[in-house]
Formats: sequence, structure tokens, C-alpha cells
Amino acid sequence: MSLILILEQVLNGLQFGVMLFLMAAGLTLVFGVMGLINLAHGALYMVGAFAAAAVAGWTGSFVLALMASLAAAAAAGALVEVTVIRRLYDRDHLDQVLATFALILIFSEGTRWLFGSFPLFLDVPSYLSGPVMLPGGIQYPLYRLAIIVIGLVVGAGLFWLIARTRIGVQIRAGEADREMIAALGVDISKLYTLVFALGAALAGLAGALVGAIQSVQVGMGEPVLILAFVVIVIGGIGSIKGALVGALLVGLTDTLGGVFLPRLFSIVMEPAAAASVGASLASMLIYILMAAVLLVRPSGLFGGSA
Amino acid sequence: MKILKSLAVATAVSTLALAAHAETKIGMITTLSGGGAGLGVDVRDGFMLAIEAAGRDDVEVVIEDDQRKPESAVQIADRMIQSEKVDIMTGIIWSNLAMAVVPAATAQGVFYLSPNAGPSALAGKRCHKNYFNVAWQNDNLHEAAGAYANDAGLKNSFILAPNYPAGKDALTGYKRMYGGELAGEIYTKLGQTDYAAEIAQIRASGADSVYFFLPGGMGISFLKQYADSGVDLPVVGPAFSFDQGILQAVGAAALGIKNTSQWNKDIDNAANVAFVADFQAKYGRLPSLYASQGFDTANLILSALDKADVSDQDAFRAALEAAEFDSVRGDFKFGNNHHPVQNIYVREVIQEGDVFTNKIIATGLTNHADAYASECNM
Repeated sequence: MSLILILEQVLNGLQFGVMLFLMAAGLTLVFGVMGLINLAHGALYMVGAFAAAAVAGWTGSFVLALMASLAAAAAAGALVEVTVIRRLYDRDHLDQVLATFALILIFSEGTRWLFGSFPLFLDVPSYLSGPVMLPGGIQYPLYRLAIIVIGLVVGAGLFWLIARTRIGVQIRAGEADREMIAALGVDISKLYTLVFALGAALAGLAGALVGAIQSVQVGMGEPVLILAFVVIVIGGIGSIKGALVGALLVGLTDTLGGVFLPRLFSIVMEPAAAASVGASLASMLIYILMAAVLLVRPSGLFGGSA
Repeated sequence: MKILKSLAVATAVSTLALAAHAETKIGMITTLSGGGAGLGVDVRDGFMLAIEAAGRDDVEVVIEDDQRKPESAVQIADRMIQSEKVDIMTGIIWSNLAMAVVPAATAQGVFYLSPNAGPSALAGKRCHKNYFNVAWQNDNLHEAAGAYANDAGLKNSFILAPNYPAGKDALTGYKRMYGGELAGEIYTKLGQTDYAAEIAQIRASGADSVYFFLPGGMGISFLKQYADSGVDLPVVGPAFSFDQGILQAVGAAALGIKNTSQWNKDIDNAANVAFVADFQAKYGRLPSLYASQGFDTANLILSALDKADVSDQDAFRAALEAAEFDSVRGDFKFGNNHHPVQNIYVREVIQEGDVFTNKIIATGLTNHADAYASECNM
């Protein structure tokens, strides 16, 4: 077990965490500001990836593809908010879960109807492909480094937006007391649409970024959605800072656990059994982490007193 | 005269029987939505191509989507057996779903013909007289890959597969034939999409080759990330990660990779030539090995129905065992445990025009039977 391997795995964990952050940021904003459980967030991730794959197929440009993913997911998000989600704010969580679950099915089958059941091709652009040599002799794919950078830049932008701008003030106020800010003359329904579209756009961007190194296919969003929920529960619902810390924690735990647990078991077991038991336990690790965090801090690391 | 008379009676009886319970009902449970949908769609399309070509109005096929979830597969199976009264079931792609459905179905007197999943448990001690696998026992393609690795002079393989029954069968199968050292052995999560951690371990392991079994979208993700990682070791795999349905999504990253399969579109026999042409004409894409398995399964059922009514279980079973149909693989026969004894080929990923596809470059294993057949007492 060399230091280089450990460092490379830490980078992998960071990259995974940053990608989870893009998903979780929208989810936590929507939950925090509007009190809405949005199961269809993974569908927006898929919309972003498919839009990127389609545009990259037509134009060959990865930058245009990323812009398309932002635009398509934001548009889909805004459309869904205006037509469906808006009616759910006053309902209880069970109704929201039912309705947004229906949206998952509609989005999945709609995408299948448009693009077919077979995975689409979306590749890393040539200027970002291949590995680079990092200081210390670590060979690491340039594209994954780019994901880390893009994720951190988007995260910084989001903090600035929430902490320093007028819209950010309104979002934070909406989180604290939605009747009051409506009474103060803020168009609350427009604000909600905006927040929802913003969260959708971030999910779409994550889908497109990840689609280039994974497969763009129907149903790709649901596994990520589950992890994103784990992230916001760990981080504290409604907190962007919590989403970032939670995402990095989950990313690192999942990656490092998956690598090192089987090795740990192989000290006391034969390799095949250690690989199997280690892999099984590693896939539970983030849920164990979540349970541990909730034991100590029932409302998450950065959650309010709610 | 006597013969003529009994023929006449038989015809009258069978006409009556036709009128009474009309037809043979086939229940197909397969994955048509979610991550593994491409595989199920191919099996269904191949199956229905054969059924429609037969033009029999006494065969009805009921198709349901299991969404790759064992619990929904079990529910659908119960409904098909108990309320729809199907005679034959087929279609399941994933071994964990097959393990949940097949033993219960065969125990209730239904025939199950697997067009894909072939878990080792059902080939050995838990084999059943009403269970047939038309595709392969799970280990088979991996055994051929292990044999190929020996021929290619690979001595230090890094092997990985998802942590589910077929993944374990895969690595067991590879290791059964492969004679070299193992640089590492990893079980990944089923449905995992990011393989950065595994690729880093491959890089650090000092392996001379990589063997992986990651069907469907998992394989696409792995191959793209592997190509982008700068790890430049030769890759060997079973056909599942290099199949027609996913090669276009992988792109040039797969070119030149050797993979093992019991079928390819260039196997030269009349049934296969017609199948490839008809499939393309009907669905506008090249068939995959899953489609070929669905097609063979349907033709096997049809050949048995020509000989015996499914309600006469013993006669129908004997007709299935005889397997007298024109397989797209060429000669087809079952071993004692109702799993195929067949050739497994080594293929290479090539580009034809702008389509990525495979061509056969060698025969990996000839008339190969699975390792569990001797444990089966039927």
C-alpha cells in the first residue's frame, strides 16, 4: 500500500464528493427553502446528461454540451415547478413523495421514448482526456481534476450567491419564514421557481459532467439521488455548507472504505472471501456514517434546531 | 385404416382441446426499464421476432417489466402463475432475480427457459427437470476467457466483478481455467458507475492484464474511465461488456479488446444469417447476443410445441431436451443438467464504417459443458 495509491484514492473521493455536492446543493435548497422532498431531482440529473449527449452529438462541442445541460435541466425544473411542484408546497410530505415519484416515472419513460433504451455516447473532450502527472508522481485523469475544480468553483459561487446577494438574502429569509417575506413584498412564487430551476441546473450540470465518464442512460439519476439524500441528512437539511461537508465526507468514506476494507479483511481471511465481505461492508459504510452522525447530532452537522 | 381412424380421433380431440383452453401461454419477465433495460429489450425483441415469424395464433406471450428488482420479479411471477396460468416462463436477465423466481416457478409445475441468467446454484445440486437454460451457465464465457488468457501468455491478471451471484460465478469461472497469478481480485457494487478507486488499485497492483465482468452500463463506465486513466494494460472480458447494445456508447475505447461469446453475428449458418438480416430489418439495429439468446429460446419452445402439447409435461420436456431447432449458434444440444454444451468463441472489437461491432478470431472452448453438471441428479 503505497502513499501514491492512498493520495490517488483521496483525490477520487474528493471528485466523487464534489459531484455529490452539485446534486445535494439543489436538493437541500429546495428542501430548506420550500420544505419540499423532491424525489425527481435524479430525473433532472438524467435530463442534463441526455441534453449534453444530444448536443455533443450534433455539434461536437463539449462546452456547448455543458451549457445545454444547464439550460435543459433548468428549463425542465422550472416547467415542473410551475405545473406540478407549486401545488405541493402546502401538502404533507407523503403527497410530495408520491407526486415526485410519479415525475421520475414520467421523466424516465419520456426520455426512453425520445432517445430509446440504449445508452448514449458522451465522451470526454480531447483537451481534457488522458492522465496528467501531479507533483509527487501521481498519475491522475485530467478530466477528474477538472470536475473537482468545476465543483469547487460552483460551490464558491453558490456561497457568494447565498451570502452576498439580494436573491441570497431572500432565499435565506424564505427559509426562515416564508409568510413574513411574502408580506414584505417579495414575489415568493417567482423566488421558488428560481430556486427550483437553480437546483435543477446544478443537478443537470452534475449529470453532464459525470455522463462523460459513465454511461448516459435512463435511470442513471436514482442511485445518485439516494446518496444525495444521505448527504443532506448528514450535512443538515437546508444548509449549503452542510451539503458541501456532507458530500465530501460521503465521497471520501465511500471511496476509501471500498478500497481499504477488503484489504483489512484480507489480513484475517482468504482473498476471495475478504473481497466479498469487504465489498459488502463497504457499501454499508456511508449509511453507518449517517447513523453515527444522527446519533450525535440529530439534525445533521450544520442543521438548525428544526 | 385403424391408423387413419385414430388420426381422425386425435385431430378431433386436439381441435376440441384447442377450443377449450385455446393456447399455450408464455410469461416473460424481463428488465425493460431502468439501468439494465437494453438487455431486456434485446431479449424481448429477439424472442418476439421468432414468435411473430412462426405466425402461430395458439401461442400467447405476456410480457412484464421487472425493473431489475427481485421483489417485483417475484410478484409478477406469482401473478403469472396463479392468475394468468402461464405454462412456460422465460425472460429474466439477472441472476439474483432468477434465483428469486425460478425455483418457486418450477416447483409449481411451470417450465422455465432462461434466455440469459445461468446461476451456478441452478446448474448443480438445485437443477430441476422443468428448468432449461438456453444461453449458458454463468461461468462458461469466463472460463473461455481464462483459457484465452493462458493462450495469450497473460500471467498476472487483475480481476473484478460486481458483488452478486453472476459476479461470483464470473470470477470463479475465470480462475477455473486461468493458470497464472492474480494481481488482485475485487468485487464492486452492483450498479456501480464510478471505477476510479478500482482503476487506481489496478495501476498500483503491477498486473499485466485486466479481466472484468461488468454487464450493461457498468461496463461502459468502466471502459471509458479506464481508457482515460492512462493505465495501458490489455483488457479481456466476456461478451457482456462488448456487446452490440453498448459498444456505440463506449466508442473507440473498446477497439481491439478480446472478449468471449457463444454467439456472434458472423457465425456462418443459414439460421444466423437470416436472423441478423430479419432483426435489422425489423428493429433497425444490429442484434446483440442477448437478442440471439431470446431468439433461440423462442425457437426452442416453438420446436417443442410442434412435437407435444405443453399440458403433456413429460412429452414436452422430452421435446425440449431433444432441442431440434435451428440455433443461430449452429449445432445446439443440452447436457444432462439442461444447460447448453457449446462452442465459445473469442471475438475482437472492430469498427465497420462508423459502427463498432465484433468479429470472431478464434474458438476458445469446443463443445464445452459447465462444471456443475455432475452435481445434478435429475
